[in-house]
Amino acid sequence: MRFAVIVFPGSNCDLDMYHAVKDELGADVEYVWHDETSLDGFDGVLLPGGFSYGDYLRTGAIARFSPVMKAVIKAAESGKPVLGVCNGFQILLEAGLLPGAMRRNQNLKFICRPVSLIVENNGTIFSNGYELGQDITVPVAHGEGNYYCDEVTLEQLKENNQIVFTYKENINGSVERIAGITNKAGNVLGMMPHPERAVDSLLGSNDGLTLFKSILTHWRERHAITS
Amino acid sequence: MFKVKVYTTLKAGVLDPQGSAVTNSLHHLGYEGVEDVRIGKVMTLTINSTEDKIEELVKEMCEKLLANPVIEDYRYEIEEVVAQ
Repeated sequence: MRFAVIVFPGSNCDLDMYHAVKDELGADVEYVWHDETSLDGFDGVLLPGGFSYGDYLRTGAIARFSPVMKAVIKAAESGKPVLGVCNGFQILLEAGLLPGAMRRNQNLKFICRPVSLIVENNGTIFSNGYELGQDITVPVAHGEGNYYCDEVTLEQLKENNQIVFTYKENINGSVERIAGITNKAGNVLGMMPHPERAVDSLLGSNDGLTLFKSILTHWRERHAITS
Repeated sequence: MFKVKVYTTLKAGVLDPQGSAVTNSLHHLGYEGVEDVRIGKVMTLTINSTEDKIEELVKEMCEKLLANPVIEDYRYEIEEVVAQ
């Protein structure tokens, strides 16, 4: 399985994402610069955290119009796994690949620490390696992770089982303590916590590695069936 | 030539954490009559266009990029100016 790590001007978690996939997961991975127009040949797309375009205007608002985003949307529509972490999540929201929007954290502080997450849905491409209700430790690092969506959207998220991770405690004011959601089809995941920073127990937690392993497991199962 | 001012603010039902902090600060300063503060942005655009569809153009820019319709409302003022 071959992953693309999209690099925008201002991405800063791209190296961690690359390391997680290459060294800890052991899959193929390549950096793809934001002005590329094709993601052909890649089986999965990773949008890393950071401050693309300096967070100018709104987080993710300008990155969303990068040339590569057309290819990301195409990959998402064709059913390939697309994971957006932190700023990557914000970009997916701005691009309309996921519903809702981000506001400044409720306490207006940049929150940077490991937090407890609850696995709300372990039936997705990204979470099949977790137990349902499992309490995992993954770091967050964001100033705008206060997830918002209207009541109608929230009901749809619940009905379609799109809420994958919630914060165990309210850290940033997010609606229903939402930390990560998928699209309706389930192949696009956006989350504020950083699984790529939790891939080695030496550094505090390897709970994030399970997420990457889940993607690979799903891909292998699918690949085995179709080949 | 047009001078366009675009104002964006969080929608009425959306909690504005910055606005809440400023409200508290004003209360501390003794302005207890302040019930609510909403923080927004003002963008001033100079558009070189003779188009008679300028309003449509501005609206399109707001919808596509300048505002996020999920959480923000926008309004604009368009003023035609003589090019220097």
